Formats: sequence, C-alpha cells, structure tokens
Amino acid sequence: MANDIRWRVLLIVVLVGSCVWAIIPPDKKIRLGLDLKGGVHLVLRVNTDDALRLETETTMERLREDLDKAGVTVNYNVISPTEFQVTGVQPAQEALFRSTAAAVEVNYNRGSGAGGTYTFTIKPNLEVTLRNDAVTQALQTIERRINELGVTEPMVAKQGSEGDQLMVQLPGVTDVQRAKDIIHSTALLELKLVETGPAPTRDALLQPYKGVVPPNLEVLPGVEARPGERAETVYWLVRKVPVVTGRDLRNAKPTVDEYNQPAVSFSLNNQGAAKFSKATGENVGRQLAIVLDSQVRSAPRIESRISDEGRITGNFTQQEAQDLSLVLRSGALPASLTYLEERTIGPTLGADSIRSGIMAALVSLALVMGFMLFYYKLAGINSVVALFFNLIILLGAMSYIGATMTLPGIAGFVLTMGVGVDSNVLIFERIKEELAAQRGVRASINAGFSRVFVTLLDTHISALISAAFLFQFGTGPIRGFATTLTFGLISNLFTATFVSRTLFMMVLQRRQAQTVSI
Amino acid sequence: MQIFKNPNFNFVKYRWHALVLSWVIVLSGLAAVAVKGIPLGVEFSGGSAIIVDFTQRPSIEQVRRALDRYFPGGGQNVVVQSYGQPSLGQIMVRVPRTGKEQGTALSETADAVVNALKQSNLGQFTVIGTEIVGPVVGRDLTQKGILATLLSLAGILVYIAFRFQLSFAVGAIVASVHDLLVTMAFLAFFRYDLSLNVIAAILTLTGYSMNDTIVIFDRVRENLRGVRRDSLNEVVNVSVNQTLNRTIITGGTTLLSVIALFLFGGEVLRGFAFTMIVGVITGTYSSVFIAAAIVTFWRRRAPRTPVVAAVTQPVRAKAKPARKVRAS
Repeated sequence: MANDIRWRVLLIVVLVGSCVWAIIPPDKKIRLGLDLKGGVHLVLRVNTDDALRLETETTMERLREDLDKAGVTVNYNVISPTEFQVTGVQPAQEALFRSTAAAVEVNYNRGSGAGGTYTFTIKPNLEVTLRNDAVTQALQTIERRINELGVTEPMVAKQGSEGDQLMVQLPGVTDVQRAKDIIHSTALLELKLVETGPAPTRDALLQPYKGVVPPNLEVLPGVEARPGERAETVYWLVRKVPVVTGRDLRNAKPTVDEYNQPAVSFSLNNQGAAKFSKATGENVGRQLAIVLDSQVRSAPRIESRISDEGRITGNFTQQEAQDLSLVLRSGALPASLTYLEERTIGPTLGADSIRSGIMAALVSLALVMGFMLFYYKLAGINSVVALFFNLIILLGAMSYIGATMTLPGIAGFVLTMGVGVDSNVLIFERIKEELAAQRGVRASINAGFSRVFVTLLDTHISALISAAFLFQFGTGPIRGFATTLTFGLISNLFTATFVSRTLFMMVLQRRQAQTVSI
Repeated sequence: MQIFKNPNFNFVKYRWHALVLSWVIVLSGLAAVAVKGIPLGVEFSGGSAIIVDFTQRPSIEQVRRALDRYFPGGGQNVVVQSYGQPSLGQIMVRVPRTGKEQGTALSETADAVVNALKQSNLGQFTVIGTEIVGPVVGRDLTQKGILATLLSLAGILVYIAFRFQLSFAVGAIVASVHDLLVTMAFLAFFRYDLSLNVIAAILTLTGYSMNDTIVIFDRVRENLRGVRRDSLNEVVNVSVNQTLNRTIITGGTTLLSVIALFLFGGEVLRGFAFTMIVGVITGTYSSVFIAAAIVTFWRRRAPRTPVVAAVTQPVRAKAKPARKVRAS
C-alpha cells in the first residue's frame, strides 16, 4: 500500500510538474487566438469556375488547331465553364471530325452530335480534380504572399462545405485594405506582341478590321499615363498567345524608371528567357505589351533582342511597386477570389477580452472552491487540489500540442471548473451514502470510487461526443472552445479519480482513520 | 453536511405537472419566435458590425441621429448599442445585410458608417473592431450548426442505447431536446442574438444535460439489478432521490461558474453565459422530471407488483436513515 502510494504520487508529481514547466511563462507558452491577440480574419471563396473555364477554352483552342489542320471548318462556342460546343459539322466531314476530336475525349465527354452540333462536357472526376487543385494552388499562393508580408503566425486553411473557401488569419495586422489587396490581386503577368494601338475607343481600334476581332487577336484595355498628366483608358489589339507569362518569372523587385518613377523590374528563368529572346529577336521594332491581370500596363518598343530582363512601368507609388513585385514573386492565382467575410479585432478589444476572461476565471475559481470547502470540509481540500491539477494539466496539454487559446476557450476553461468538480461531488456523495450504510471508512471510500467510475466514464464519453461535433462545426474561436473542453474532460477524469483517490489513500495511511471529514 | 437527508420526493407522481410546465415554456417561446423572430447575430444574418471606442462617449441617440444624417440610406435599420462596460465608451453599430457584402464591396457599408461618424462631430474615436459577413457564410453556418447539433444528439443516442437500453436513450434525447427548446425559448424572451458562441453553448448543453441524466440512469440500472422487484416507477423514483444531492450540488457549482462568466466575462461571452445559465437550470430540472418520466412512459412494466414501497424500505439497505459520520 505504502509502495503503491509512492508510485502514484511520483506519477502525479511528474505529470503536473511537466505541465507547469510547459506553461511557464504563460505569455510566451500559451498561443493566443486572433480574438485575443487582435488581427484580421478573412474568409474568401476561390471562384474555381475560372480554372475550369480556362481548361475548357484551352481544350477548345487545341481542337480548333487540329480541325483547321484537318480542313474541317466549324463554329466554336464556350457555353459554360465546363462545356463547349461545336456547331455546323457537315455530314460529309462527320467521320473526319470524330476521329480528330477523339483526342479531346480523354478529358471531355462528347454529346450525340444531332444536327451537326456536338457538346463537349468536362468529365466529372477531372472537374473535381481541377476545382481542388485551384483551391490548393490559391491557398499556396496566398501563403507565399502572406509570408513575404512578414506576418507572424499567419494561418491559411480550407473551410466550408463546398471546399472552395479559404480562411486567412493575420494576427497583428491593422492595415486591412492593403492585406486584402495583396491577397486578392490575381497578378497574372503576360507579355504579348502588339498588333496595333493604342486607340481611344474600341471601335476606332477595330476600324481596319471592319469591327471584327481576328481569331488569334484580342482587345485589351490599358492606361495611357505620362508623368503629370491625367490617366486615360486606351485600347490595344494584341496577340492572344503570350510570349511569356508570370510562370516563367524568376524574380521581381521594385526599382525606378527613367523618369525616376517607381517601377517593377523582373527577370525570367531559363525556359522563359529562351522564349523571350527568340520572340524579341524576331520582332525588333514592334511593341510588346506588358499585361497584368488583362490590363496593358505599358507597351515599350523592342529595340533589340532582350534575353531575360524586363520592367513594368506605370503610375505606381513606392508602396504599389513593392506590393506588385511581392505578388509577382509569389505567382499568379489560378482563379479569382471573392471576399465573403472580414473580421477585424483591434488590439485593445483583444486586451479587454483577456482581462475580462481572466477575471471571470478567478471569480469562478473562488466561488467553486469556497463552496467545496464549505460543503465538504476537509474532503473539499481534496477536490480543490484535484481542480487545480485539472486546470494545470489542461493548460499544459494545450501548450504541448500548440492549441490556441481563444475567448470561448477561456469560457471552456471556466466551465471546466464548474463541471469538473461534478466528478468529485459524485464520488463524495457516494462515499457519504456508503458511510451512512455503516460500512467502514476504507470500504466506503473504495466503493465510492469504484462504483462511480463507470458513471464517470459514461458522462465523460457522451460529453466528448458533443465536443467532437463542436470541433467539427466550429471555426477559429469555437474550435478553441471545443479543444479546451476536450482536454478539460480528459484531465478531469484523471484528477477526479486518480489524484483524488491518492489523496484519500495518503490521509488514510497516515492516520489509520476511523472517520473521515466529508 | 447534506442538503437533503434521505430525500424521498415523489418525482414520478409529478411528471405530468412537469410536462405541462415545460410545454407552456416551449410553446410560449415558439410564440415569441413566431411574433418577433429570432434575433440573429451578424455571423448568421450577414451584414456589418462596427465597434467604435469614443474618448468621450456620446449617447446612443446622438449616434443614431448622426447616422440618420450622414449614413447613406439613413439609420432606420441600423442597430446602435453600447458595448462592454458603459464606462469604456464603446459603441457597436450594426447594419443589416445590403446584399453588397461581397468581393471588393465587402467593407463598403462599414466604411460608410465610419465616415458618417467622422462627419458628425461626435468627438475622437477609434474603430476597434469590425465584422462583415456576406450571405454565403451565414447560410453555411446555420446549416452546419443544425447538422452538428443533430449529429451530436444522434451520437449520444447511439452511445446510451449501447451502454443502457433504447428506452433510456430515448429518455435522454427527449430531455436534451427539451433543454434545447427551453433554452431557445428563453433566448427569444430575452432577445439575445443567436451568435456562434450561443450555438457553441447550445451544443455544450447537449453534452451537459446528458450528464445529469446519465448519472440518474446509471443509478436506475444499478437498482434494477437489485433483488427486490419494485415497479419501474418506484425504482426510477428512488434513484432520482438517491442522486438528488449530487444533482443539485453539481448544478450549483456549474451555475456558479457560468454566473461568474456572465458577470465578468465581457460582452462577447454574455450571450454564451446567458445560454449556459438557462441551460444548466433546465438541464438539472429536466433530468429529474423529464428524462426519468420518459423512461417510465416508454417502458411501462406490466402488472405492478404490490409495492411495500421503497418509501419505508429502501431499495438497498444503504439508503436507510443513518447517523452521519462526523469529522474527526
């Protein structure tokens, strides 16, 4: 028995000691959630349709090339992000069309082709893959951008039932607008050869073409800006297929242009540089449009062959040039983003929450302890010790796994105090019953613990079930609450049975007691 | 010390009264919801909420007038309320969803509110918090909240049916649903916003109210194993009485801590704490009156064995009046 107690005490001391060690000093060891630390919480949706539309358009263009080569003339139309249509297939060319289009059918299901109209629909599994990839890529891109911003402990995570939402948490960030802009900008850089332009209106631009855009060209808006003058929108006619894109970028950094205005210089990787030097070499004297997110930023004339360097100019401020190079370095987003939710918690609000949370915890602790000591006398001390250990183990466990303490988490902490003593109450009341039935002190205590243990197991498991669903359901703060609750329940089971019983054993051993204060 | 020495209340006899009382509360709660609707927090209804800290706090009326004048669309749909402790000078302005809270226009309404306050000469202030929620998030959350509650109930139902019997599980679930409805009714009476924290409290309650119920059921199961063949009603009643002290003490300590949360936990946790206070009280009540009663309805034993009654002769010898063992 004495030996048994020694082992029990040792285990408790080691466990509680290591938990104390884990939480000292508390302000360094316990991670605070956004609601306590202050910062920005954003929820955005990745418009995965964009990625699908791109795939569908590319596939259609590839089919157009193949069919042109085969000499099949038809009309093409993208009718939704997942479908495109080919109309006007002559009956005589049907066989040729089908054999040429077979390559597309790896990824697209072909419709029946009644009346010479074929609808190609993306295969469901590819659709799922593309959508997931777009979200994952967006997540990684945003992560890179945020890391470059220098935010400490940011978080980007998928959420939402559709799987297309991203949650972004930026602790300590106060300039919400800048953060939003940086995350949001697509930052798709394309260098395209200029056919003609600029013109003040679309119609003026297309006059030589009788108002119709040739198939391999496109019209893009741009900004005509010279230092000191008002910016005006102008139009350019450029080649659809870019010479190089942001994918071929190696680096981008802020610099100044010849007018000493902020600009962004970029360099290309080997692959990009090869393409770039070939294209510039063949097109000396022509203009090259630097297109950012489908807008022509500038269109310098190609003076000579350029291999791997370029510069984006335009009406930038210093900050804008810096942010643009940041987003270019981090790569383009695969799809556009829509903001769904924005939550800003100022640092003062967070500090207020911490203060009132701690206050509530202390008052609750005092009340519960006071009651237990008053009602159970010496056994009350037992439960108070168990309660303290419970709270220490709870905090220690949260610190070890790096769980985040949120304001609802503090609420869970306070709740753990009230509910936690329940286990002690159950056991003590049972001991009282046994004592009332004239069993011996030792037998009563043993019976109290062993009989109630089953009940405790049942109550704790059912509470854990609801905590698990709470965790599943919740975001940020609520998860903090569910985490606290879960660890509170587990550590409570340990302190209320093992610790509390050890304390009883110690008392009984020392005094060979015939009575017990309960 | 004991609150009740050998309690012997006939709870089962009063189960009808309890059921009527519960129905009255639940139905009037539903009526309140039907008439006034459930006030939804920003995270559910969508919209914008801005928390502003004034160096010198203006009255709610002044803020409202300022919004009437300078906020596009006027202040009629805007909720203005003081936030946190009155001495702090914090005010929350809440604007219902305009339908534009998406993409780049997300913060348009919030910015307009801040501008209106700037133009109105109400003194120096800083924006200490904003919350802007578009329509999609709210819908998602509502669905998930309901789903999580149902799944959690189902999970517990399965667990109890496995550990006890189906009739016990049904009793426990009915008691839990009862607690949820009563809590919702009180939320409707006192016009608390349904926020994420309140949902969290409600989910916690499903686990908590189950606690009391399980403790009682556990005793019923233990007593049913006894040799004596009392009617189920008797066994249930004796079990409720045997655990009564514990039920009340636990309800009491939990109540103490949630009251501390309510009084000192700050504005964000107030709704949570209120929900918990109501839930703890109704949870204690329901496990004593409702859960056990449901078991007796559900699993009525055929002919009642003549009962000498556990009133005079306890189910087990241990419930006999006995001398209290005093502190040494």
